[in-house]
Amino acid sequence: MADALALPAPAAMRRRGFGEAMAALSLAGPAMALMVLFLVGPLVVVVLLSATDYQLGARSLSYVGLANYAEMFADRVFRKSLENTLIYVAIVVPASVALGLGAALLIEAGTSLRAFYRAVYFLPVMATLIAMAIVWEFMLHPTLGLINLALREIGVEGYNWLQDRRTALFTLCGIGVWQSVGFNMVLFMAGLTAIPGELYEAAAVDGARTGLDRFRTVTWPMLGPVTLFVVVITAIRSFQVFDTVQVMTKGGPNRATEVLLYTMYSEGFSFFRTGYAAAVTVVFLVFVLALSLLKTWVLNRRVHYA
Amino acid sequence: MTTVALAPRVAEGARGRVTIRGLTKSFGATRVLRGVDLDIADGEFVTVLGPSGCGKSTLMRIIAGLERQDGGSVAIGGRAVDALRPDQRDIAMVFQSYALYPHLTVRDNIALPLRMRRLTFAQRLPLVGRLVPGVRPTERAIDEAVRRVAAVLQIEPLLARKPGQLSGGQKQRVAVGRAMVREPRVFLMDEPLSNLDAELRVHMRAEIAELHRALATTFIYVTHDQAEAMTMSDRVVVMMDGRPLQVAPPARIYDDPEDIRVARFVGSPRINVLPAAATGRGSLDMRGLELPFDADLAAGTAVQAAFRPGMATAVRGSDPSGLAGVLRHRENLGSDLFLHVALPGIEAPVVVRVDPTAVADFPVGEAVSVRVPPAHALVFDAAGARLRPRASAAMRRHG
Repeated sequence: MADALALPAPAAMRRRGFGEAMAALSLAGPAMALMVLFLVGPLVVVVLLSATDYQLGARSLSYVGLANYAEMFADRVFRKSLENTLIYVAIVVPASVALGLGAALLIEAGTSLRAFYRAVYFLPVMATLIAMAIVWEFMLHPTLGLINLALREIGVEGYNWLQDRRTALFTLCGIGVWQSVGFNMVLFMAGLTAIPGELYEAAAVDGARTGLDRFRTVTWPMLGPVTLFVVVITAIRSFQVFDTVQVMTKGGPNRATEVLLYTMYSEGFSFFRTGYAAAVTVVFLVFVLALSLLKTWVLNRRVHYA
Repeated sequence: MTTVALAPRVAEGARGRVTIRGLTKSFGATRVLRGVDLDIADGEFVTVLGPSGCGKSTLMRIIAGLERQDGGSVAIGGRAVDALRPDQRDIAMVFQSYALYPHLTVRDNIALPLRMRRLTFAQRLPLVGRLVPGVRPTERAIDEAVRRVAAVLQIEPLLARKPGQLSGGQKQRVAVGRAMVREPRVFLMDEPLSNLDAELRVHMRAEIAELHRALATTFIYVTHDQAEAMTMSDRVVVMMDGRPLQVAPPARIYDDPEDIRVARFVGSPRINVLPAAATGRGSLDMRGLELPFDADLAAGTAVQAAFRPGMATAVRGSDPSGLAGVLRHRENLGSDLFLHVALPGIEAPVVVRVDPTAVADFPVGEAVSVRVPPAHALVFDAAGARLRPRASAAMRRHG
């Protein structure tokens, strides 16, 4: 007691400051350590690996600078892979966002069977995509598949969907859309229920006559933040397309469905060129990171109303 | 609020007249409106006052066209509007939550009703719309109208802001501006001040009353706050259980209620109600006191006698001309001192207002007598309907 009183004030404060710092460190430390170990660390390792000639299982590696990147951008396969991925994203994102929004609006506008429709649209999201891909493969079979049989019934000759260079990528896009619509729909439905009813009433008094007027005046602007989130999430998920390619086409025919993650996988785990695969991964990460930054930036500037 | 003149309106005596006949509405088994008849004159400020759940908001929403009635009719400006959409009824509404469009600036919020009316869907498209012929002069006219309204409401500096950057009072003004810009026949206001703090509410009360004088348009104002109803309106509609109980100017509602429910709802502290019985010789017996009351009542008829806290007087000790009780509680508000006097056998204490300087005269726990001047007693029958003495009924007819 007497000691504490005799202690000069600044020293007491310094001691308390030290105690606080220790407490902060011990509380935040475990989370920081885990983050470095499992998120930041691997990321740094990938970036470092991309500057080496490391091969999976090799005992040594050497620094090669940007050689992997130079090779990558000169490689026809990689350019095709990047192009296919961008086409895939450019088709799947707008289509699944628009269809998801449409489904959400229709279900919200309806009065009965809402839970049923919601469940039906959400099924593909919950199903394992690998299993679904196998089902799709059977359905798309050129002679025995349900789709071509149905087309034949109405007198249309179907394609060999997955083995034709003209259709393979677009078929995968279709499956990608089928898989994402339900997820986007659920997000849009959550957004729709958050719109205050008085806004629609104000719009009705102000002269919004048609459903299109109401959509433009209230629904679409109020869904801004949700839409941005849905677009970014769908885009990231589309950049990650891999399982359908792996199960159904293996990047073929003739590289028609070669996509970034598939290239990365085959370089890294079929040809064991880990350094090169790391470089492909860095390119992939740049796209995902750019999308995340875009989202944060737009969210801070425009779509945030509160 | 300054008195900048708005564009002159066409002089039609019936422009903003609202006629409501036999309006009924049920939600499931709940009967919300049980036959409402109401005549509102052009330019009148009518407040619909009632406790929550009395159907006042439903009444307003039916007038606006946001809800469809089960029976009865609504006419605005002499024209039946029952089959018309809200935007065709030539009304404007201010919502409790303001319902401003959060993504639009104040300017665009106020301009929206005009854009919706004067521009086609294609002309309203962003960017492309500007190229459609005829848009520029219309947009200029709309901008002019917005500026005029903003000047009246003194919100010009806010025009470029979004609703998220405004205070409650500012949002309130923008909502009023959006209603004003169309120069509607009728303004509908649904508890527009209930989201504001007490001080601002008093201020906005005065502003809305002033706005009504400047615009001379019909205002229909829904509230559960009797202070708003009493201070702003030309007439008050007191609604309860889906029916208007009394429609009269504020002073009449307070001084001369037609129904005991009206008397109880209006006035703070509440009116005192005591059981009484007719003596059969032109007077009432209220707990042993004889109140002269000349009406056709058989001896022994049970009635209810009511008097406002401000109308009675209190004296210390027991007094043969007063009601004997015990002082239970004092409320000193500075300007008024309210005494809560417990009468034997009656649950609710009688509240009497006395001069605050007399606080020392009334120690809690002492005997107190309450004197009720017969002229200020209001008498209701057992069901709550007002009873009037013969003489005063005749006097009223002549006066």
